[in-house]
Amino acid sequence: MVFTAAGIRRGIKAAGPLMIGLAPFGLVVGVVSQGKGLSLVETLLMSGLVYAGSSQLLALELWDEPAPLLAACLAAFAVNIRMAPMGAALAPWFDKLRGWRLWGTLGTIVDHSFAMGVADIRAGGKDAGYLMGIGISLWCVWMLVAATGHILGGIVRLPPGHPLFFAATATFVALLVPLWRGVRRELLPWACAAVIAVVTMKLGLPQPVPLLAGALSGAALAAWRERRGA
Amino acid sequence: MLRGDVFITIIGMAIVTYACRAGGYAVLRVVRPPPFIDAMLRNIPGPLFAAYVALALSNMGPDAWLSAVLVVLTQWKTGSLGLSIVVGVAAVAALRPLIGT
Repeated sequence: MVFTAAGIRRGIKAAGPLMIGLAPFGLVVGVVSQGKGLSLVETLLMSGLVYAGSSQLLALELWDEPAPLLAACLAAFAVNIRMAPMGAALAPWFDKLRGWRLWGTLGTIVDHSFAMGVADIRAGGKDAGYLMGIGISLWCVWMLVAATGHILGGIVRLPPGHPLFFAATATFVALLVPLWRGVRRELLPWACAAVIAVVTMKLGLPQPVPLLAGALSGAALAAWRERRGA
Repeated sequence: MLRGDVFITIIGMAIVTYACRAGGYAVLRVVRPPPFIDAMLRNIPGPLFAAYVALALSNMGPDAWLSAVLVVLTQWKTGSLGLSIVVGVAAVAALRPLIGT
């Protein structure tokens, strides 16, 4: 196991095609951010430090005046806890790293870099710099497209309810597709999550309660069925 | 412009997110969570996004519902996230004058 500049360069090259998938997502985050009243500096700060698109979009959907600290942190936790097992899965690399190389590379993990990293480990890859190369290049593109989206949103001055804001919903609808592992595994947990969330909202409970109630009950149902081998 | 409440909220999100990224490695390396919790953590993304989409669509009209179906079809057939988003937005723009609320 090594961590070399050559590995980082190989990661940067590997990240090329991923940027095409990331760009529209980042644009949406920028546009929605602008629509919710965040300044360019605030948008870049969030994109740079949080660097996790789905959780940023979700927090922005719950955005309010003043900024909703608890709701945004819960949204970030609910969406990003999926990344916790990723670090554990990449342990063959991380166990050999120390200091900034370890904690810095962990900070750049995203779904794409995780998938590529696992594939590289399985193919016998021994250079953990690869992971950081992917992470860093995607981070730069992320900042660039988020800023572009914010600036475009500001120029066009979209009114609330403009069709372009459907992009946020459309993003999550599309993200559901690759998560679908068949009717038998997903239908009941997903339906449970949707129904509980909507009923909780109709009961008048504030966000993020409906979202978390739906997500956790659906995940609990999926876990229960998985464990009894259904 | 950087407001205090926004700054604190972003820092909070950043700390939580970094804890998810790095804490997962730091914690899961030494302790295995109980099997049920482990299974729940692995199964959160689907129900989470399903709940989110259900909440969003329940506040919208038939134009958005039909557009969501088109987004699913596009993502399923092409696998392109960018194209799916564009199709969704275009569908809402086209359908809202016809069947929107």
